[in-house]
Amino acid sequence: MTKKAFRPDVDAPEWKGGYSPYDIIKEGTIALVVVALLTLLLAIVFGSPDEHAITIKTWSNAAPVDFATTALSELNGTSTTAQYGAPYNHGSTGPQLGPFTLAKWAGVRISVNTVNDFVIDPLKSQPSQPALSTALTQWSQASSSERAGWVADYTKAAGKMTFANGQVMVNSTNAGPVPVFIEDLTQMARSGALDQALITQAGFYTTNYTMPLLFLADGTYLSGLADHQHLTGDQWGMMNETGSYPGQAWLWLYTFWYQIPPFNTSANADVLVFAIMGLLSIGLLVTPFIPGLRSIPRKTRVYRLIWREHYQNQEKT
Amino acid sequence: MSTTEIDRQWTTRLRRRAAGKLPPEKLLPDKQPSYVSSWIYVFGVTTLAALTVVIATGCLLAIRGPQWWHSSSVGLFVNSLHLWSVEIFFFAMVVHLWGKYFMAAWRGGRAMTWMTGVVTFLTSIGAAFTGYVSQSNFDSQWISTQAKDGINSTGVGAFFNVLNLGQMLMWHIVLLPLVAVLLTAIHVLLVRVKGVVPPFEDVPKATK
Ligand code: HEM
Repeated sequence: MTKKAFRPDVDAPEWKGGYSPYDIIKEGTIALVVVALLTLLLAIVFGSPDEHAITIKTWSNAAPVDFATTALSELNGTSTTAQYGAPYNHGSTGPQLGPFTLAKWAGVRISVNTVNDFVIDPLKSQPSQPALSTALTQWSQASSSERAGWVADYTKAAGKMTFANGQVMVNSTNAGPVPVFIEDLTQMARSGALDQALITQAGFYTTNYTMPLLFLADGTYLSGLADHQHLTGDQWGMMNETGSYPGQAWLWLYTFWYQIPPFNTSANADVLVFAIMGLLSIGLLVTPFIPGLRSIPRKTRVYRLIWREHYQNQEKT
Repeated sequence: MSTTEIDRQWTTRLRRRAAGKLPPEKLLPDKQPSYVSSWIYVFGVTTLAALTVVIATGCLLAIRGPQWWHSSSVGLFVNSLHLWSVEIFFFAMVVHLWGKYFMAAWRGGRAMTWMTGVVTFLTSIGAAFTGYVSQSNFDSQWISTQAKDGINSTGVGAFFNVLNLGQMLMWHIVLLPLVAVLLTAIHVLLVRVKGVVPPFEDVPKATK
């Protein structure tokens, strides 16, 4: 067997120097006690934030026009969710990674039909009210072009929507059952019944909040509150936490890409940033095998600082 | 029963291999090479200690269920402990990571130690993320509705639904901690098997 040449970034020299006593269990115990105490100290001094979750009830009472406008966008197909694409529906192709549309390959697996799931079905769950029953029957018996006509008519007038005397006011002329839908859904929301209807779609027990969260996120109320808490994307987004807490600071590199071109304006930013982070993670993983990358430590000589004592001792002898 | 039969037993073979690779003096050494006298070595142990505190405080939160800490001041305090131990954990881990990078601590057959470290790091990010979206408060409403776009864009969102609280909570308290702890155990055992990496051989300045 021939002896291979020593590669300084891959092989380690054999240690021929001395050894010193080292109490690994004592060190571990001290570390545990110190970390526990530091945790206790930080928890006492800074605590932790817990802003209550908002509900569709709080949203529709605080901003009824925003709620009713969002409800309309679910009905006329202009909401973010309605136009999302996979995994929720076929509303769009979704972000592209070059020629690839990864989300589309995975398919529509969490099916959301904003018209039925967010508007019609919740309304159907209401105890029978004559006007609403008539409106729902009218809707179910109408052709899709009739429905589209009503929705378009209402949408045209909804630019001037107001909320007065506890009612949604829109001057539509030929909107069929749509005014009743928007009005009743808004009342339902303001009473808290819509929260329940969206949450309990899967039955009595549930731990899945996909529907109400998507609906909430389609409005501007949630993002308005988030903006207030410096949580939006252009404010380094979701790595922050409510209040002045460090949050997920370790996501800084992930969030960083969203702040710079081309990602801050690209419609494909989500998938592009994920691809970059995926590649960087793989790079980190295989660093020991990448020539150049694995030589940086030796060339920068930061190790002289880390093992300062060792090299000082070496120089002395 | 012949000795060869005993020799061939899985149990015997496993024990011999384990004892050969990790004799007690290696698993729990009482001395270390003298270059192991740098502040950088503190961060590996600190990461391990912080992980222990993270899990302990997480278990405390688990006792009364996921809603408890919203309505109890004791619960909120336990949540604070959990949060801050996580911040310490990540801080220590990142310093540890860069320390090991600049020591090129993968040298001498330690690439697996480095790689288990990286996978633990990525798993921990996932664990922390699922924790943030499992909070069931305003923060989790916002983070989950924002993060869904990134994850959905990769196709993973079709199976890993960040808006599904039950799914996220299970990943946060069962699956990801299990993986993180297993990987950490392998990582630390690998360090014990290989011993701590020796410094680069440097020509002392005087002789240059
Ligand atoms: C849960 C997370 C982690 C824990 C609990 C942990 C713990 C430890 C401990 C206790 C040691 C031995 C003491 C020391 O050298 O500091 C060690 C060594 C090491 N760690 Fe980690 N570590 C973690 C994550 C990482 C990460 C993210 C990396 C790098 C990407 C990494 C790379 C290494 C390497 C290469 C060694 C060998 C060091 C040597 O031989 O000198 N570890 N780790």
